[in-house]
Amino acid sequence: MNASLAREQSAAAAPIRSGAAADRAFQLITATAAWLVLLLLGAAALSMAWGGRLAFKTFGWRFVTSSDWDAVGGHFGALVPIYGTLVTSAIALIIAVPVSIGIALFLTDIAPRWTRAPIAMAIELLAAIPSIIYGMWGLFIFAPFMAAHVEPWLGAHLGNVAIVGPLFSGPPIGIGMLTAGIVLGIMVIPFIASVAREVFNAVPAPLRESAVALGATRWEILSRVTLPYTRSAIIGAVFLGLGRALGETMAVTFVLGNAHDLSVSLLMPSNSIAAAIANEFTEADTDLYRSSLIALAFLLFVVTLIVLSIAKLLLLRMNRQLGRTH
Amino acid sequence: MAIPVRRRAADIAAFVFASAATAFGLLWLFWILWTTLRQGAAALTPELFTQMTPPPGTAGGLLNAFYGSAIMVLLALVVGAPLGVAAGTYLAEHGRHSRLATVVSFLNDVLLSAPSIVIGLFVYELLVVTAGHFSGYAGALALAMILLPIVVRTTEESLRLVPDQMREAGFALGLPRWRVTSQIIYKAALSAILTGILLGIARIAGETAPLLFTALNNQFWSANLNGPLANLPVVIFQYAMSPYDEWHTLAWAGAFVLTTFVLMLNLLVRFLARKGTHR
Repeated sequence: MNASLAREQSAAAAPIRSGAAADRAFQLITATAAWLVLLLLGAAALSMAWGGRLAFKTFGWRFVTSSDWDAVGGHFGALVPIYGTLVTSAIALIIAVPVSIGIALFLTDIAPRWTRAPIAMAIELLAAIPSIIYGMWGLFIFAPFMAAHVEPWLGAHLGNVAIVGPLFSGPPIGIGMLTAGIVLGIMVIPFIASVAREVFNAVPAPLRESAVALGATRWEILSRVTLPYTRSAIIGAVFLGLGRALGETMAVTFVLGNAHDLSVSLLMPSNSIAAAIANEFTEADTDLYRSSLIALAFLLFVVTLIVLSIAKLLLLRMNRQLGRTH
Repeated sequence: MAIPVRRRAADIAAFVFASAATAFGLLWLFWILWTTLRQGAAALTPELFTQMTPPPGTAGGLLNAFYGSAIMVLLALVVGAPLGVAAGTYLAEHGRHSRLATVVSFLNDVLLSAPSIVIGLFVYELLVVTAGHFSGYAGALALAMILLPIVVRTTEESLRLVPDQMREAGFALGLPRWRVTSQIIYKAALSAILTGILLGIARIAGETAPLLFTALNNQFWSANLNGPLANLPVVIFQYAMSPYDEWHTLAWAGAFVLTTFVLMLNLLVRFLARKGTHR
């Protein structure tokens, strides 16, 4: 880094006449910085794989299939955090996807024109609030609210229903997978909604106008013109939200309960990959313990990178489609 | 032009649903902000900015945490912003359409949403393990790694918005490429690039996960960047998770200051951006 800074200074000090040399230097500096982005991503992935090798070697596949997480006995099976991560992210998407599409529809079609920019800005501010604030609010305000008002109702009305009953049975303690999933859902809404709004706005006017001319209602325009046309971008936005939800740490750490028991009920405390790392890493006192947590980070990193890459590919496809039709 | 009842019902349902969804989204924003404002305003005291983080059961402030956070954000800025601007310049100007630029542009977006706790662990392996102790430098590096992709993305986008005529005009004057970029393109895109950097500051100021294993925390005043450094997000985390009421109050006060700072910065950025488009 010092070397590149030095190069930058010498490049700036070079006389105008040595344009070619300065040009090469400038090219080199910017290309080095670009390489650095690539390097950091690769180094982070490699370092997680290297740090987790002891856990992978010791436990093999049992690392992801066993739910036995015993720091004292030195057994580490990560099924509970993996399960908790997937379940909370699923709840988040179930909430966030329809709500985000509704918001996008409201902001492109329904809201009075002058209210659109301020409402869109307010929704985007949801993404600006630091996740630790979500966590504190979740722990002190939202979890007690869930415990007092929502979870008893769920237990009473859904707890005895066949099939879904077990999901909603158990003591209403407020801290658990359902609460964490809802908080995650709120956190990913702005990401999905802003992409959806953007692509809804980018649907070519002639398409919508033809539908209107045929007498289509607002709902029919959304379901038969807008959504099919923007499908790949919407799916991309969903994957973007999923990537965010999988890796979110602080908010989940506050409201998930850090429990290493596998339970079907969504009202029970659980764990997630990111929360387990945040809670336990500084307390991990053996090499195997630390390595197991880093191995978890490796799994999380690889999965989110794949999910986010899919999101990016789908969004690029939408851009190309829009580029062609315009 | 009577629309059949069923179609009209579906239309009204869509209308109601979209309005309800928007109200649902806004509800959380106001609930969270209201909570932070109410709890935080009640906890605000002058001592917050003059005293150190206290042990449980005694009064105190968050001065050391404010200081540590400010120093680390500043250091992250000094490291991350120039690198981000340089890389963004490569993507939009000097390496435009090159294979490296395409790949980096793609992966940068992936890095933008990558879990920040993994970045924290990476810096732990890189700096904390090798140095043998937690440090403010490690925390700043982790924040810089989070800042970098944000600055790369916004720089690339703002440079792409500069019309090609300006580049052509520069070349027509016989300027070498690096002077076209540094003296014409940067000037045209300056406010957009600065906006991106401000957004990046707003983002890293509240980041907690990457600091947990790098800067750790420090209950006492310390200006030593080569040792554990107090910082606002981790203090909020530890105090909120503790069983002590005094600590909860301090955590709310910290949350209030942090949220106000981040939201103000975001509103400022939006205001600047709007002014830019009106010009």
